Amino acid sequence: METTYHALARFAQSAGLLYFVAVFLSVCAYAFWPRNRSRFERAALQPLQED
Amino acid sequence: MLGIGLAAAAIPMLMLVAGLTESSAFAFHAVLGLLAALGAVLFIGNRCFDGRVLPVPQEIDGKPNYNMGPVKFGVVAAMFWGIAGFAVGLLIASQLAFPALNLDLPWTNFGRMRPLHTSAVIFAFGGNVLIATSFYVVQRTSRARLAGDLAPWFVVLGYNLFIVIAGTGYLLGITQGKEYAEPEWYADLWLTVVWVVYLLVFLATLAKRREPHIYVANWFYLGFILTIAVLHLGNNLTVPASVLSPKSYIVWSGVQDAMFQWWYGHNAVGFFLTAGFLAIMYYFVPKRANRPIYSYRLSIIHFWALIFLYIWAGPHHLHYTALPDWAQTLGMTFSIMLWMPSWGGMINGIMTLSGAWDKLRTDPVLRMMVVSLAFYGMSTFEGPLMSIKAVNGLSHYTDWTVGHVHSGALGWVAYISFGAIYCLVPWLWNRRELYSLKLVNWHFWISTLGIVLYISAMWVAGIMQGLMWRAYTSLGFLEYSFIETVAAMHPYYVIRALGGALFLTGALIMAFNLWMTVRSESVDAPASEPADAGRLAPQLVPAQ
Repeated sequence: METTYHALARFAQSAGLLYFVAVFLSVCAYAFWPRNRSRFERAALQPLQED
Repeated sequence: MLGIGLAAAAIPMLMLVAGLTESSAFAFHAVLGLLAALGAVLFIGNRCFDGRVLPVPQEIDGKPNYNMGPVKFGVVAAMFWGIAGFAVGLLIASQLAFPALNLDLPWTNFGRMRPLHTSAVIFAFGGNVLIATSFYVVQRTSRARLAGDLAPWFVVLGYNLFIVIAGTGYLLGITQGKEYAEPEWYADLWLTVVWVVYLLVFLATLAKRREPHIYVANWFYLGFILTIAVLHLGNNLTVPASVLSPKSYIVWSGVQDAMFQWWYGHNAVGFFLTAGFLAIMYYFVPKRANRPIYSYRLSIIHFWALIFLYIWAGPHHLHYTALPDWAQTLGMTFSIMLWMPSWGGMINGIMTLSGAWDKLRTDPVLRMMVVSLAFYGMSTFEGPLMSIKAVNGLSHYTDWTVGHVHSGALGWVAYISFGAIYCLVPWLWNRRELYSLKLVNWHFWISTLGIVLYISAMWVAGIMQGLMWRAYTSLGFLEYSFIETVAAMHPYYVIRALGGALFLTGALIMAFNLWMTVRSESVDAPASEPADAGRLAPQLVPAQ
């Protein structure tokens, strides 16, 4: 008989891993997406602009 | 109107509590609350009659009309609590070396002074730095006035009231006995209210921003505010013994309580002492160096990786305890993975100076911030190392942990805060430069020497202590009695106290320098601007 613990652990060890990898890859995709380049370059200058 | 009503309604309730409780310390806190409520009624009432035009204009001559009053208050409070907290730290370091300094009084006992020190430096000094800088940065990078009229003042004043209640409570013997979560239920409830208002002020200011993109520093601040709210609620789900009693009991029991405590405790490090101060780095290092951050893309990856990994690292505080083994391993694994985002962020900060390294020689404020990043790199390398079970078996419960914490707290958190305050004071009070860069130099070198003495003494003491505890004779008996390990550490405790004294000296030099900066001549408003605009918008002076 499978315990709740084992069921949870298997779920966490497989789905959890995939979830984290997916999150990481989507963050990287967002950060390196070519179309976002100019947006981030402008954002980086945000603190330096005077009003 | 709502504020004055709430404060007035609180007065009779607090009077009732003060009159009926059997605990004199609790009655004292009720009276403190009463005075604060009275003060709030007078303050709000006075504002209604002092003839100011309401609502306050959001813009003046097309420029945002920034609200810098609460920021100034936070900076002054941070300096005050910082010096108080460092002084108490020096006292308890001396108590460990010379126990007679406990004075045989309950209020000055090490057990009560130690949480006073940790809370004063982390929550009072660090917290005021975070609130002040976050209110500054979110306004400047959103180009919008801080949301709310009374709300920002409620946040800074309410937070400092929480600090006073917590600190006096420790001295009077009121504590939950949970590290970094010592304040009792009523202080926790008050902090919850203050913190929710803080979050709302921050979010509402972001909502009315005039920049399309939310600058990365604000992401870090938001991560810090939101996570601390969740942690605080989770670890303080207590039931008071009675409304008239300062004592409460947590709903979790046994190992669950321990897990909650260290989930909270480690993320207090991760989100309060790391994410919040990384936000300071992402604004103040580029600003002071007058260069954009080395890689904005790296900062995005840094943010998401850091917050997704940190939240799982808590179990490494419970190695070899009743906590299930898999949970310990999970905590260890995530702690080791954390090394990557930590160093990514450190490299991003330091490399911002790429091509302008000469500023390290000429600008001691920038040097302080860059050295803080070096300490950050060092302690985020040491942390994962100490989370490995085999290493933890040696380091846990020893002064190695104390050394590690202080390399992060003094080297990273305090130095980046000092750097930010050195930048902020001339900007906020509209001065051209600091009173003396030479004094900043003195501060830097004296306190760096103090940190080095402190952490190297604690490394030696801690590793020696761990090795002595596990030493066996050939017959299988423990080689040293506990008191022998204590006696062996005495010289290192004296060196540590000396390091603390140097660090405090540096902070006193800083306070003098800032005081003289504020007293010095104000910058004349440039001719192109109307005279009153200069008062409303701080002048920004590039780093020299």
